[in-house]
Amino acid sequence: MKLTINGEKLEATEGQTILEVAQENGIDIPNLCYSPELKPEGACRMCVVDIEGVADPVTACTTEVSAGMVVETETPSLKKMRKVLVELMLANHDVECLTCDKAGDCKLQDYAYRYSVKKVRFEGEKTEFKGIKDDNPFFIRDNRKCILCYKCVNLCKQVQGEASINLENRGFDTRVTTAFDLPLEEINCQFCGLCVNECPTGALMEKSALRKARNWELKKGSTICPYCGVGCELELNIDENDQIVKVTTNSDNVNRGQTCVKGKFGLDFVNSEERLTKPLIKEEGRFREASWEEALDKVADNFGRIRDEFGGDATAALSSAKCTNEENYLMQKFMRAVMGTNSVDHCARL
Amino acid sequence: MATNEENIPSYQDLDFYKSQRRLALANCGFIDPESIEDYIASDGYQALSKVLTEMKPQEVIDEVKESGLRGRGGGGFPTGMKWQFAYDASGDKKYIICNADEGDPGAFMDRGLLEGDPHSILEGMIIGGYAIGADEGYIYIRAEYPLAIKRLEKAITAAEEKGLLGEDIFGSGFNFKLQIKAGAGAFVCGEETGLMASIEGERGMPTPRPPFPANKGLWDKPSNINNVETFANIPIIIREGAASFKELGTEDSSGTKVFALTGMIENTGLAEVEMGTTMREIIFGIGGGIQDDKEFKAVQIGGPSGGCLPDEKLDLPIDYDSLIEAGAMMGSGGLVVMDENSCMVDVARFFLNFVQSESCGKCTPCREGTRRMLEILNRITQGEGEEEDLELLRTLAESVKKLSLCGLGKTAPNPVLSTLRYFEDEYEAHIKNDECPGGVCQNLLPGYIIDYEKCIGCTYCIDACPIDVVDGRLEEIHEINEEDCNACGACEPECPVDAIIQKNYIEHFPQYRHLLEEDEEEVEA
Amino acid sequence: MAGLAKSFGSGAMTNSIDEIEGADAIFVTGSNTTEAHPVIAYRVKKAKQNGSKLIVADPRKIDLVKYADLWLQQKPGTDIALLNGLMHVIIRDDLLDKKYIQKRTENFEAVEDIMEKYDPEHVAEITGVPAEDIVKAAHMYGEAERASILYAMGITQHTSGTDNVLSIACLAMLTGNVGKENAGVNPLRGQNNVQGACDLGALPNVYPGYQAVDDEEVNKKFSEAWGVELSDEVGLTVTEIFDGIEEDEVKALYVMGENPVLSDPDSNHIREALEQVEFLVVQDIFMSDTAEYADVVLPAASFAEKDGTFTNSERKVQKLDQVIEPIGESKSDWEILMELANRLGHDWDYSSASEIMDEIARVSPIYGGISYERIEEEGLQWPCPDYDHPGTKYLHKGEFSRGLGQFNPAEYIPPAEKPDEDYPYVLTTGRRLFHFHTRTMSGNSPGLEEQYSEELMEISLADAQRMEIEDGDRVLVSSRRGEVESKVTVTDRVPEGLVFMSFHFAESAANVLTNPALDPVAKIPEYKVCAVNIEKS
Repeated sequence: MKLTINGEKLEATEGQTILEVAQENGIDIPNLCYSPELKPEGACRMCVVDIEGVADPVTACTTEVSAGMVVETETPSLKKMRKVLVELMLANHDVECLTCDKAGDCKLQDYAYRYSVKKVRFEGEKTEFKGIKDDNPFFIRDNRKCILCYKCVNLCKQVQGEASINLENRGFDTRVTTAFDLPLEEINCQFCGLCVNECPTGALMEKSALRKARNWELKKGSTICPYCGVGCELELNIDENDQIVKVTTNSDNVNRGQTCVKGKFGLDFVNSEERLTKPLIKEEGRFREASWEEALDKVADNFGRIRDEFGGDATAALSSAKCTNEENYLMQKFMRAVMGTNSVDHCARL
Repeated sequence: MATNEENIPSYQDLDFYKSQRRLALANCGFIDPESIEDYIASDGYQALSKVLTEMKPQEVIDEVKESGLRGRGGGGFPTGMKWQFAYDASGDKKYIICNADEGDPGAFMDRGLLEGDPHSILEGMIIGGYAIGADEGYIYIRAEYPLAIKRLEKAITAAEEKGLLGEDIFGSGFNFKLQIKAGAGAFVCGEETGLMASIEGERGMPTPRPPFPANKGLWDKPSNINNVETFANIPIIIREGAASFKELGTEDSSGTKVFALTGMIENTGLAEVEMGTTMREIIFGIGGGIQDDKEFKAVQIGGPSGGCLPDEKLDLPIDYDSLIEAGAMMGSGGLVVMDENSCMVDVARFFLNFVQSESCGKCTPCREGTRRMLEILNRITQGEGEEEDLELLRTLAESVKKLSLCGLGKTAPNPVLSTLRYFEDEYEAHIKNDECPGGVCQNLLPGYIIDYEKCIGCTYCIDACPIDVVDGRLEEIHEINEEDCNACGACEPECPVDAIIQKNYIEHFPQYRHLLEEDEEEVEA
Repeated sequence: MAGLAKSFGSGAMTNSIDEIEGADAIFVTGSNTTEAHPVIAYRVKKAKQNGSKLIVADPRKIDLVKYADLWLQQKPGTDIALLNGLMHVIIRDDLLDKKYIQKRTENFEAVEDIMEKYDPEHVAEITGVPAEDIVKAAHMYGEAERASILYAMGITQHTSGTDNVLSIACLAMLTGNVGKENAGVNPLRGQNNVQGACDLGALPNVYPGYQAVDDEEVNKKFSEAWGVELSDEVGLTVTEIFDGIEEDEVKALYVMGENPVLSDPDSNHIREALEQVEFLVVQDIFMSDTAEYADVVLPAASFAEKDGTFTNSERKVQKLDQVIEPIGESKSDWEILMELANRLGHDWDYSSASEIMDEIARVSPIYGGISYERIEEEGLQWPCPDYDHPGTKYLHKGEFSRGLGQFNPAEYIPPAEKPDEDYPYVLTTGRRLFHFHTRTMSGNSPGLEEQYSEELMEISLADAQRMEIEDGDRVLVSSRRGEVESKVTVTDRVPEGLVFMSFHFAESAANVLTNPALDPVAKIPEYKVCAVNIEKS
């Protein structure tokens, strides 16, 4: 079917929401509670748009398109309303952007900028919280920065399936917490990090990233998770010392922006002090550091000697399901073409 | 002893009943609500029998459509159309739900019906179930209505025993069972989707529409929800025919409506009138006018999210659309009448406080916006309002109204918007003149001072002051600490020499001129 | 994967991970998905929300059981009996896809013959699963329009592993569920690049792209491509290599990024072999238990420090970028190998990983269309024979890789080792959420270590009470091959008579206990069943 958004004639299929069609076509409608992985929650109201012939604005995340629909997403009145929404959120938010580790990667901050919120007109009381929750090795929870988009709650329930967190109290006193306020380590939390990945503000932040660097100082590099066979695409956020500060992920990949505890929080082994940094040669039962020259010579000498003396089949190699395709290719080529044996295997079976 | 019939009027001749048209309430007070036989004897379950033996579901829906019945719970959506949606929705399992979560402060229409004539609700629901193809129904009722729950339970058991509920009702092959679900007291559970979430055992939070309950409702099955009074009208429509029902009321709002009359009015209670009756008729006719011969100031109609209408709207014929037009709404039918001694800013604050604390917390505008509005109203009623506050209030009210997810939020600003529309001068009096015209807002009441020329130093006022702001010793002139005085007035009647005067009088009466001058001197100093 | 190759002509996940969400029924067997493949478990849970039916077969009450419509709590090692039982019902109750069987498969008669005697009652006796649940499961799977089977090491790590897989293939073909979107037979790969290691010929019997080393044509092709004469003799598998060392036939061993001391069965035997081998080089990112035995240890760069590609479980070749400089003096494995080859008289001249991929594309038809340029943004799923090919979302569409799908039904054979008086418990092994394999990586992640820092063997309440063992007690677990100590957790996740250990921890190394008995075809050891004794220590 055809419809018009901001004067652009667009193609859409039945059942799509206005927001989905807009995103497909590069039209950015602000949103805080929307995730393609979740049932639309319609809570933040940031994605309100005007539809020709409809009196009040509707939320783009919940409204399905219909043929001939004419939609406007950034009219002056919508901008005004979004500004009010951002102000309302900021009025009940711990605004400490100057030192917040989320700054630069915070949707609330981005929208405050986009809608020119210079001063919050509705200052007043803030919901009372007991302070930052630091109850696990992976991330902190800071309710004072929570804007109640409910993504964390919904991801935990709809994607992870655990529902470790939910809402407490109602109205102005609503907050996200665990049953009986128990520490995450004492309940069924899997520490998958789904909630941390999608939190639009600094309410959920990786502990490893606190007080390390501003977001715009971090270098991002795309990689594939080294753990199981799903092949999650991850983004390593690196500081100036080549330390992995945190792991994030995009939505357009096999894992669709999702992670498990190992991929999200378990890649810090890269920077471990225990890493091997120099070749080692064993002498009289003890290892000593050696130069690459010496170590490679020693390996080549021994493999060459044994091949020449006993034939290639006296050598064997275990390649690795942890190494890249290119490295596996070279390892089997090495054994076959250089050593002359087919005795190369890896632990596929284990 | 002989009675003089002429001296004791029939109840129908009483002002309160004279212009009522009791349809839904017809049985209330006349039959034993705990006796199914009483109900049957008053033509009860005849409509059900007619439906199950003579009518197809679509015919039932057509009849309801024909009657023009609109939802009595507030929205006024045509009931027949709603049923049609649920009927048309595909699904082997459907539910019909009665919304008896009457939460408006001062409203007791549903309670009256449930306690007075529970079987009429049951009959309406069974007919509805048959019409849309549901074999299961829920009555969601607030736990604060224990008597209503008890009577409903009795009614269900009795109906089951008589074969009016359960398997193969009237041998028609139609099965229907009913369950009661007691709500836990959240106002937002009166909202359809919040109510269904609550039945499912979830947090009572509304969900966005679409999907509409008619397609994906309770347990994701097609569901239809109607209000208590709506269901009570169904047997009447079926029994008497849509045409006779449509004769009542106005073109677009047929039938009658039950109102709960409360406030500063002579006669309070449930009044059922034809749609289109004027507010004046209800308040001054049935209600007998304002208590103590005071002036009428406003009527708050439609519950906490309704609006306050002034005397110029008294001749408005009540129907769904005219009320919306005037900035109020039918709501479930609460009518709170206010006299001259009411402060409209305080009234707005009261209702906003209610919806604010009943907000479920899901959507930003309702959760945060109502709190900020309340804060502004608090400021104004405490005499700390600024001129910009009215603008802020309007901005917030418009945003909350337009942006909120569910009906609660969308209507929450109504009391503020309607009082701003009709009583803006009262807001301005609070802000600009530090005055509360209704004499309600404590902080804005003029304090008291003691005329030093009259004071005899008796200490009576010192003893009377509950907050100890009167200084002085026996036989010395006393003085009220004006800053701290909260104008409660407890001291005034105690003074044997009438030396205690409210401050706002002094400028109007020459005999107090000396007090005024002193005041100014102080300011200059 | 030998089983699937035999039945379908290709041994990989037939369908894509995203397709799981579109299935009408999902049968998960031998996969503790929520812990070993959490992100795939999300898809299963989403499918469930979308209305799919979920059947879980596992001796343990794994987390996925919570979401299951039906849980078949089978005895360990009885997979073939259970699968045959399902097939029996599917044939009996006519849930077959006859048109599919006739048009796309061969050897169906053999299925009918064998399944005859596996009636639900008989199968119930073997497996411990109630007969009515077998019937229910068969209907749930058989009646679904699109049914997907997910399995992992719980199926393959048995002496009957290949037969298990063959039986799964039979079940899927009987109901026409192969070569169809949102359905299929989907082995979940345990390590991030097992698929790639296999695809690229890190196997003793095939060159890259599953081209047999003993095929004359293939041999010629690779000899020409690499410019050397190549051996046409199938090489040794992992287990055979260690046996070869013991017999002094293998004298030099190169271990790249593996830790057989903890990962291979009968660890003591492995340690002995590593002691014995004349020359051992280990190339790794950490000092592993295996590296301790090395003559030379070479420091390798980690995944974050090099360019390259990994191929995931769904055959998708994905690119990883070098994000940081190699730590210390470490080098990427491919550079090390190149330097060695050149020291041994060859002239390898790869300037980047991308160049290696170009060579791969030339010699391996299934990777024929892969280049770094093409997969910069998003990976491609093989087979991808040429540079215009869009990749393959699901296999065997219209036709099997081998032409007709082949039914290879199997008879149930009990596990190699059964509990007896001396070793009265069955031990089964697997993974935990917070760790991975031998903990080379996860053990060096402080957060993960904090969450789960030592093995907690799972034991049933009944067994624990009988031995007067409580949560947190230490026990001595012994088998015919060795003994280890472990703490226990008393839980309803395991039934009476069964205990479960992960193989993550050197201190409680489950593989000291496990049985190296191999599946005769795939040469996979029986990790999932061995007999043990337990004493309070």
